[in-house]
Amino acid sequence: MASMRDIKRRRGSVQSTQQITKAMKLVSTVKLQRAKGRAERSKTYFKCMYDTVVSMLSKAGEINHPYLKAGESAKKAVIVITANRGLAGGYNSNIVKLVKNNEDWKKEDLIIYPIGSKGRDAFARAGYELGTDYSDAIEEPIYVDAMKISQQVLDDFSQGRVGEIYIAYTGFKNTVTHIPTLLKLLPIKLEDERTAEDKAVLDFEPETEEAVELIIPKYITSLIYGAMIESVASENGARMQAMDSATSNAEEMIDKLSLLYNRARQSSITQELTEIIAGAEAIS
Amino acid sequence: MAERFKLTIVTPDREFYSDDADMVEFNTTEGEIGIYQGHAPLTVIVKPGILTITQGETVKNAALHAGFVQILPEEVTILAEIIEWPSEIDTQRAEAARERAENRLKDRSHIDVARAEAALMRSIARINAAKLQ
Repeated sequence: MASMRDIKRRRGSVQSTQQITKAMKLVSTVKLQRAKGRAERSKTYFKCMYDTVVSMLSKAGEINHPYLKAGESAKKAVIVITANRGLAGGYNSNIVKLVKNNEDWKKEDLIIYPIGSKGRDAFARAGYELGTDYSDAIEEPIYVDAMKISQQVLDDFSQGRVGEIYIAYTGFKNTVTHIPTLLKLLPIKLEDERTAEDKAVLDFEPETEEAVELIIPKYITSLIYGAMIESVASENGARMQAMDSATSNAEEMIDKLSLLYNRARQSSITQELTEIIAGAEAIS
Repeated sequence: MAERFKLTIVTPDREFYSDDADMVEFNTTEGEIGIYQGHAPLTVIVKPGILTITQGETVKNAALHAGFVQILPEEVTILAEIIEWPSEIDTQRAEAARERAENRLKDRSHIDVARAEAALMRSIARINAAKLQ
């Protein structure tokens, strides 16, 4: 059996680890609240944006614009949103797996645009081709960053470097449920054709073709921004969960070690007593 | 007085304005536009400029830089990527931005003219809006 001192030392180290995980849990809880509030506030914007784009594209039968067709290049751009920090359970690796395990994609065809250094490092290690790195943007998502990113990928798209654009992010359903999601940004495809009748037909000024040219980048930007916000919320949710279970595991370990320690202490006392009595008996 | 319509201005970060209004004016790619209640359904793209909201006697101004507007007879929704109240504008910064953009435009050789022009328009809109405070 391990000595009393070893057990005590071990228990001390588990205790200080527990303090750290507890603190990290508190921090991510606060951050999660903030990120959730942000996601709530931006919901109206995305809803309006989606409605407009849907009503615009419901008339898209006659629109012929490069944004609505796949480019000729076989390359696919994937914007991968992960965190800059670890210790968030499966948060980062789930996204990486989602992209790597997609059977329709060949490794050589992908260009990864990483947002978040954990994802960037994972793809760099696996030998994927990387585009511009935007890892700083995920620390504190602001709209201007999303604009820069969408401009970059749209440039690559219109110059024919990539034929399709995807985004991989973690959708935030609620505090405990986060869904790794893969979304196609370009070319835009409407999922359902429910669109045409739900609103009075809108006119566009300038002409619809031009409007597509101007509104689609804004739509893409808002999708990227939304994905960033949701990912941040998910990241903190995932970290909160991970740290919560780490804290309770530490608690369990401490209990077990305390028991061991007390047992060791008791047996050493018993042994000492026995020795003293035996000694006393020998003398008398 | 004309009847009012519902005006909503949203940005990615917040709900900027949500109330009834008599009239709203702003700059679009096709020129300036003023909207009363009962406008034909229309979607327009914003160009940097001043947004004016008239509500009875009160007139509110804001600097609107980018986004688009969905107009329905009873409801106008402005999806603004960037919009600021005059009180939120840093005039000095806007002046500096204007100077920078003007200098860039003078020296047309190696720069992105469209970008500099957009920056110039934004800074001018900010300066003008701040004056209206």
